[in-house]
Amino acid sequence: MRLVILDSYCDASTWAAKYVRNRILSFNPGPEKYFTLGLPTGSTPLGMYKKLIEFYKGGDLSFKYVKTFNMDEYVGLPRDHAESYHTYMWDNFFKHIDIIPENVNLLDGNADDLVAECDSFEDRIAAAGGIELFIGGIGPDGHIAFNEPGSSLVSKTRVKTLAQDTIEANARFFNGDISKVPTMALTVGVKTVMDAREVMIIITGAHKAFALYKAIEEGVSHMWTVSAFQQHPKTIFIADEDATLELRVKTVKYFKGLMHVHNKLVEPLESTQEKKKQKMN
Amino acid sequence: MPSNESVSQSRILQFHNCYLLFGHNLIKEDLWVREGKILNPRKLFWDEKGYADVKINCNGMILSPGLIDVQINGGLGYDFSSEHEKLEKGLSEIAKYLLTHGITSFCPTVISSEKLFYPKILPKIKKTKGGKEGAGILGIHAEGPFINVQKRGAHLADHIISAGFPGGFQDALDVYTKDGFENIVICTLAPELENASTVVKEMTQRNIRVSVGHSMANLSQAEEAVKHGATFITHLFNAMLPFHHRDPGIVGLLTSDQIPKGQQIYYGIIADGIHTNPAALRIAHRAHPKGLVLISDAIAAMGLPVGQHHLSDQLIEVCSVDDNPDVPYKATIAGTQTLCGSVGVLDACVRHFKEASGCSKVKL
Ligand SMILES: [Zn+2]
Repeated sequence: MRLVILDSYCDASTWAAKYVRNRILSFNPGPEKYFTLGLPTGSTPLGMYKKLIEFYKGGDLSFKYVKTFNMDEYVGLPRDHAESYHTYMWDNFFKHIDIIPENVNLLDGNADDLVAECDSFEDRIAAAGGIELFIGGIGPDGHIAFNEPGSSLVSKTRVKTLAQDTIEANARFFNGDISKVPTMALTVGVKTVMDAREVMIIITGAHKAFALYKAIEEGVSHMWTVSAFQQHPKTIFIADEDATLELRVKTVKYFKGLMHVHNKLVEPLESTQEKKKQKMN
Repeated sequence: MPSNESVSQSRILQFHNCYLLFGHNLIKEDLWVREGKILNPRKLFWDEKGYADVKINCNGMILSPGLIDVQINGGLGYDFSSEHEKLEKGLSEIAKYLLTHGITSFCPTVISSEKLFYPKILPKIKKTKGGKEGAGILGIHAEGPFINVQKRGAHLADHIISAGFPGGFQDALDVYTKDGFENIVICTLAPELENASTVVKEMTQRNIRVSVGHSMANLSQAEEAVKHGATFITHLFNAMLPFHHRDPGIVGLLTSDQIPKGQQIYYGIIADGIHTNPAALRIAHRAHPKGLVLISDAIAAMGLPVGQHHLSDQLIEVCSVDDNPDVPYKATIAGTQTLCGSVGVLDACVRHFKEASGCSKVKL
């Protein structure tokens, strides 16, 4: 397990985006070999998406041969509703880049048969050869996707009833009207994410500090579902200073001491542009 | 590799890095277009699984609908009202030229002409859809000959029919001819002429927009025309009685309380920086912003370079402003200071109007 600590949210977002860029570039995806990417929603990854869009616009990165799988979606919320995850992904990422719509996988919360939709999502992941890099954010209670405290750590994609806390917290997105907040969601399971070849969790802000502590300094617990990734062979946590407030000084010092190693991971690779130039020469 | 042709035979364009007017705001948003129609990009993406074939970088500019010029007399040396032999060539060259200035459709304007001339010109100016080969022709703006000789402006007195319509609508039909009528969409007439109200009504029923102008009408005569269906005022302030507080004349229509419910009065205004004083532009705009329609009223010299040109037996001089020696600004009869019409293209009028009126980009 790696923990990368950056000074600010902005730095953490940039670092995460560079890491994703490098992973895609070094994978060298093509028509016969797609890079499969798991994607989160929420406020945390916004900065990373912005950076990735910049890389695309600067010609350094293409998503033409990337397949994406999103973590979750509300049940019964119209697809184009301002709070749907379809809207989030469209507005904050997909419409800005060169991804091919066919390669985008997002759970349909309006499917007639929700169970079949979830099963087919797992099938689609399998058909794509599994997920190369799953990016996640977490809630203050340490939940990943809609795998709220108490969720099974071996769960797969399924229909979940949301915790009352989550429904109440979400009311602010629905003009404070709790009756309008969706009460169910489709979500990937903890196991779905565990099965990815690599997991990257972005945790920023003081309000997530306790969750980060639970995620890495305490044992694996289904009450803090994100802690499951301690047992993943390749997990990288990306945090800002604020999120480390509940960690031991020793832990922070140890991981900060490794930053010179970690920073090598985000050094510029041969960008798409440079490759193009080489081809032309 | 999924092919985009699976979702559409025709190319999908995505304009990006641009500003769009949406919900009374300018927002930075992309615009997707297929076969000339605006697409809902989300439906395209999620349902059709389609995406843009061509991405066009707008470099941070405003992407707006095309401009419409409802009063333009000619350009590039062509005059719609005189040279019927070269008319078609002139129309297509001007249509192309206008497109390069963001004008996507226009109403070629035919001013008062000899009676024998109408059957030669009007049928030749056909409505066209427009496309990349040039701006579309919405139909003719027939300005005169049923106007007031005392407010004739550049129209020749000999061509004007001051008697009005003693024979009613038939008189109009006699001049414009049946074939010609089919191409007319706007008709400027003076409402004080005999039987004008009947003719206004008949024309309105035939879907022709009647515009009042080149007229000595007082306010109540103008209101009478509006009650019979007139909806437009031709180049406000120009060729009409000046505003007077006891009888504001046609200008008074802007704030009239006699406009029938559900009807709106619009007015053309030349904002080339010369023909209407900026203060007058502001008065009109503040009194009735919703009715304002910018027009060029451009003459044959529009689009010609700065310098002297021979146009219909006259030597005219296209002048520039001092700080911009290459940009045509006004046209005078050579050797004099007499203005002979506008040479401002409509896009320049929009820019000038914004500056002169102090209105925002969003709201005129
Ligand atoms: Zn006129």
